[in-house]
Amino acid sequence: MPLILDHVSQIYNADTENPVKALDDVNLVIPEGQFIGVIGHTGSGKSTLIQHMNGLILPTSGNVYYNGKDITDKDFNKKELRKHVGLVFQYPEHQLFETDVFADVCFGPGNIGMTRKEAEMAAFDALRKVSFPEDLYYASVFELSGGQKRRAAIAGVLAMKPDFLILDEPTAGLDPVGRTEILDMVSELHKTAGITIILVSHSMEDVARYVERVVVMDKGRVAYDDVPREVFSHSEELEAMGLAIPEPSKIARQLVKNGLDVDPGVLTSEEAADSIYKALMKNR
Amino acid sequence: MGKPHKVKLKSMDIVKTDNLVFEYIRRDDEGNPTGVTTALDHVNIDVRQGEFVGILGHNGSGKSTFAKHLNAILYPTEGTVIVNGMNTTDEDKLWDVRSSAGMVFQNPDNQIIGQVVEEDVGFGPENLGVPTKEIWSRVEESLRAVGMLEHRLKSPGKLSGGQKQRVSIAGVLAMHPKCIILDEPTAMLDPSGRREVVRAIRGLNDVEKMTVILITHYMDEVVHADRIFVMDKGKVVMQGTPREIFSEVPALEALRLDVPGPTRIAWELKRKGLPLPDGILTCEELITEIEKCR
Repeated sequence: MPLILDHVSQIYNADTENPVKALDDVNLVIPEGQFIGVIGHTGSGKSTLIQHMNGLILPTSGNVYYNGKDITDKDFNKKELRKHVGLVFQYPEHQLFETDVFADVCFGPGNIGMTRKEAEMAAFDALRKVSFPEDLYYASVFELSGGQKRRAAIAGVLAMKPDFLILDEPTAGLDPVGRTEILDMVSELHKTAGITIILVSHSMEDVARYVERVVVMDKGRVAYDDVPREVFSHSEELEAMGLAIPEPSKIARQLVKNGLDVDPGVLTSEEAADSIYKALMKNR
Repeated sequence: MGKPHKVKLKSMDIVKTDNLVFEYIRRDDEGNPTGVTTALDHVNIDVRQGEFVGILGHNGSGKSTFAKHLNAILYPTEGTVIVNGMNTTDEDKLWDVRSSAGMVFQNPDNQIIGQVVEEDVGFGPENLGVPTKEIWSRVEESLRAVGMLEHRLKSPGKLSGGQKQRVSIAGVLAMHPKCIILDEPTAMLDPSGRREVVRAIRGLNDVEKMTVILITHYMDEVVHADRIFVMDKGKVVMQGTPREIFSEVPALEALRLDVPGPTRIAWELKRKGLPLPDGILTCEELITEIEKCR
């Protein structure tokens, strides 16, 4: 069932002299099964946006629909919504609190009403899905590496078996290989478990490589909502919003300007290298 | 190829570690010792005055533990750490060491305490007992150095992440340190915030001649460094100029690291058979070299 944001606005301090429009008439339809990237500079409304998706914040005007029901209705069961729309915050490992990894991952499913047995099954399943090392299931969270903690925290949300998984900067502070490992894992969840992924990221390169649809937030509004190739063709506009285009695209575009027959729409370093190589060979 | 490497006079070492070892005892839930972890294993790093040094390494490689030794937050188990000529274990020199080696951390929100930008920047020198008149001139020069002078009367809460982090840097500068150590200062910033902070750091080194030690997970932030040290399992496993280090693509990958974007594309092209030189670092260099292949 899709998640729909219909004319959603969020105004803070509405009754003061300086009202802040954190979200300004946002319209989004998120069908099941997509892998979406959300980009925007700090303060553009990204975090406010994702908190509307699982009812942590309710819009000051507009509606959010899940499963055909309006989540802003007073009698809407928000607990039910949060089972289906899981949100992994930034630096989620700061929220690990149980004595060992397994107990921590069991907490979420227990909290939404699963029996102990169900919760444990769900926790095993989630830890396997995030490729968490088996010999560390009962380790203290303090013994884990940065990437392992992050996996454990994501497993804690996955164990609630959500249909939508929202990740707010899941790779912040990780080393390069750690970043790739987490994103590969998320991509695998999307492909094999069919979970809808909404990835908030500051890395244009990561967004370009992994997602199929990019939502660009700027001043609380949706500035672009399209496939990566299309969104990243707006180099100057993105620059003006404090963003950038992926570096390989930047290089390809400069080479096109210099008269080389390179595809200006390349997004990753592999695509760029392929396209540059072909263009140079054609010239020979 | 590229811009010539900066030539620097050999002068005094601001930081010098001699076989620095740091061990700590792991304990179980009841507090019983279960083993010893060697977080730093005979580390020898020297940083000369005016140098820009980058430190790379995966999570848990020992980078931050190393940084914490430079301003006496941690003390060596074995070996010595000399900062600006002072041994960090010399208790009488503790505050001199700390004011010589200024630290900037990842999260700007944990480092800003003032209600107004200029008040926050003045806090450090005030704490050191600097006379009021001089505090104000230091606040001004520090904010100017990071391009934040026009925001001096704002509330830090109203600033962007990159601006906050530049205020944190100004706060350290106002204490007139001999070197500034930045531990992943851009990890929490968006692309424009990262650009601002990296530009400010390069400016400090180029214009103000400040000695900079930058610890980062972003390879492109250290392409202009004078030297790079790569750490793994508490040891320095590679050291050299950015060109030397980033020529070693497979070795860096094995250390869970990466190379800057243009270096990666050049490496892919080279594998396909294009005659490109090793260690291309910037977009401009890559484009120049590709043009030569036409």
